[in-house]
Amino acid sequence: MDPLFAFLLRQGDNALVLGHRTSEWCGAAPALEEDIALANTALDLIGQTQLWLGYAAEVEGAGRSANDLAFLRDVYDFRNLLMLEVPNQDFGRTLMRQFLFDAFQVPWLTALCASSDQRVAEIAAKSLKEATYHLDRSSETVIALGDGTEDSNRRMQGALDYLWPYTGEMFADDEVDRAMQAAGVAPLPSDMRERWDTSVRETMQAACLTLPEGDFAHSGGRSGVRHTEHLGHMLATMQVLQRSYPGASW
Amino acid sequence: MTQAATITEAQVWAWLEDVPDPEIPVISVVDLGVVRGVSVSGDQVAVTITPTYSGCPAMAVIAIDIETALARKGITDLTLKTQIAPAWTTDWLSEKGRARLEEYGIAPPQAAGGPERCPHCQSTEVEKVSQFGSTPCKAQWRCTDCLEPFDYFKCI
Repeated sequence: MDPLFAFLLRQGDNALVLGHRTSEWCGAAPALEEDIALANTALDLIGQTQLWLGYAAEVEGAGRSANDLAFLRDVYDFRNLLMLEVPNQDFGRTLMRQFLFDAFQVPWLTALCASSDQRVAEIAAKSLKEATYHLDRSSETVIALGDGTEDSNRRMQGALDYLWPYTGEMFADDEVDRAMQAAGVAPLPSDMRERWDTSVRETMQAACLTLPEGDFAHSGGRSGVRHTEHLGHMLATMQVLQRSYPGASW
Repeated sequence: MTQAATITEAQVWAWLEDVPDPEIPVISVVDLGVVRGVSVSGDQVAVTITPTYSGCPAMAVIAIDIETALARKGITDLTLKTQIAPAWTTDWLSEKGRARLEEYGIAPPQAAGGPERCPHCQSTEVEKVSQFGSTPCKAQWRCTDCLEPFDYFKCI
């Protein structure tokens, strides 16, 4: 696979999978304001998906559209981080995941603004504004819930412990990353590690949460070779309309 | 149309000034800063727009509204282009647009990150309810003097 196409799929699939997961809260969040906030966050992510997958489809040059890539690929063709496909579980885990991802996205998209690929730089600049806003909210909410009641603290610690082994995948460089670095399209994801570590450590401290010690990292999402069992279930819901009524539109 | 030969860019801008934002109809798409360029060549008109938020569903409606408004003026050869760079910023809201937002009850964006005052009673005693609101471009705030909730146009 062309490394630029693979890189763009990763960008788009991260936004799409997290956007879909976040949209599952629509009408079901614990408070009206949170329902609206989650729906808006999901909307931003789906908008970013259209930009990344739209460009991916152009680069592939096989006549596919962003919609084709979103709705007609199966599990093993997805290139998103495993952390983004695991179920929401509860509001706490949803916001913890959002924070752990936002804390990566902000420095990552900032670096992509200087990409040698003009389209990548443009999409990154657009997405960065939204990601910065998401990070404000997710970090504030993680602190409020961590430093909240006994129950909210316990749930947030549980969320952090559960998600922690999935965070390492964000920084595991592979041949696609090295090709993108060589072409000046993107830095190595591992270059983001120090900044991410610092912001996560500071936020968890303010949230009265303990960083897990293990450094085991699940992998397989960014390469597509080993997704969790959850992605297939998510796609079954997300893609059912196009699978049942191919080409349906309104 | 006989008027086709006399279309000017200024005329097209003036027509677009009358196209309201579908979500906040007191301001026009020009006031909102989403119209980034107009060019006219004979009877061919090209309008460039930029999205406010990348997923804002109003963008599709804005595109249709622009097409419809210009078609009513006799423009049949319209090219509508979307560009994302430079990324839209609330700095592009016009002064007129900012004033109209406030009259309508929506506090205009401030670089400080929150509303300057309550759009209903002008009190500066305000507090945030939520960073998000009824559309991607707004957040929810409330006034602790008159107790009314209000929308704040997010500053990005």
